[in-house]
Amino acid sequence: MNVPLSHVLAVAALLFAIGGICATARRSIIMILVGVEFMLTAACIAFVGGALAWGNLDGQAAAIIVMGVAAAEAAVGLALLVHGRRGGGTAEADDYNRLGGRP
Amino acid sequence: MTALGALFYLLSAVLLLAAALAATRRNPVHAVCCAVATFLAAAGIFAVLGAPLPGALEVVVYAGAIMVLFLFIIMLLGLKTAPGPVPQARLIVPGVMAAATLVALFALIGADPTVRTPLPAAVASPAAVGTVLFDTYWLAVEAVSVLLFAALAAALLLGRAPRPADPRTPAGLAAGKEGQSA
Repeated sequence: MNVPLSHVLAVAALLFAIGGICATARRSIIMILVGVEFMLTAACIAFVGGALAWGNLDGQAAAIIVMGVAAAEAAVGLALLVHGRRGGGTAEADDYNRLGGRP
Repeated sequence: MTALGALFYLLSAVLLLAAALAATRRNPVHAVCCAVATFLAAAGIFAVLGAPLPGALEVVVYAGAIMVLFLFIIMLLGLKTAPGPVPQARLIVPGVMAAATLVALFALIGADPTVRTPLPAAVASPAAVGTVLFDTYWLAVEAVSVLLFAALAAALLLGRAPRPADPRTPAGLAAGKEGQSA
């Protein structure tokens, strides 16, 4: 299909960098979680590209397992946000120094 | 340039553009909608790379479930949009670190001559992927199921409304403490 693996890996690296910037530069907890999801998706793209390049299915299996881990991570992160917000906190990461949400 | 190759580059452009838009939007609803576009493009890339099962799961799990969960939380909490664009000064240190990571990754990718051969056009059947997943990686699947159950229990515990204990009597205090620890 005329696409070398290096281009797939380059796309994955660029998405990983965008996700890293999103997770570190933004203050909103929602955007930090979205950045982490981008980084996990970039890892999935690299796994799937490797699976195609080397002709075995282990990479696709790893991508599916990473998706399950990402779902658990998003659920716990958002539940922590709801919990902290209920305790009087905000959605900004700077305002938290303990998990309960109250300084 | 075959049709699949052209599709890959088109989907990659959409993926990176939507991800960059999502990373810079101040309104969280706009950002999450851009993230949905990113994950749909990633699902298309999976399908182009011969992985229809991870592609379908990407649509169902990421674009369908996780992003809708994000939208629910944003609307449930009524999060406010911060005024103005993201401050430039805040982007400097993460940008430098991301650029250094990219330089290192591109150097690693460019140093390996085996990654320059064109990829074959192959499609893995979902049944074969499922066989590998449950034959070779059954332990990882079980670990992920335990992790998801733990995440469910944690989300239930954290999202529960605080139970008002009756502070007037010592019995009420004890009952309230028992209720909290149980």
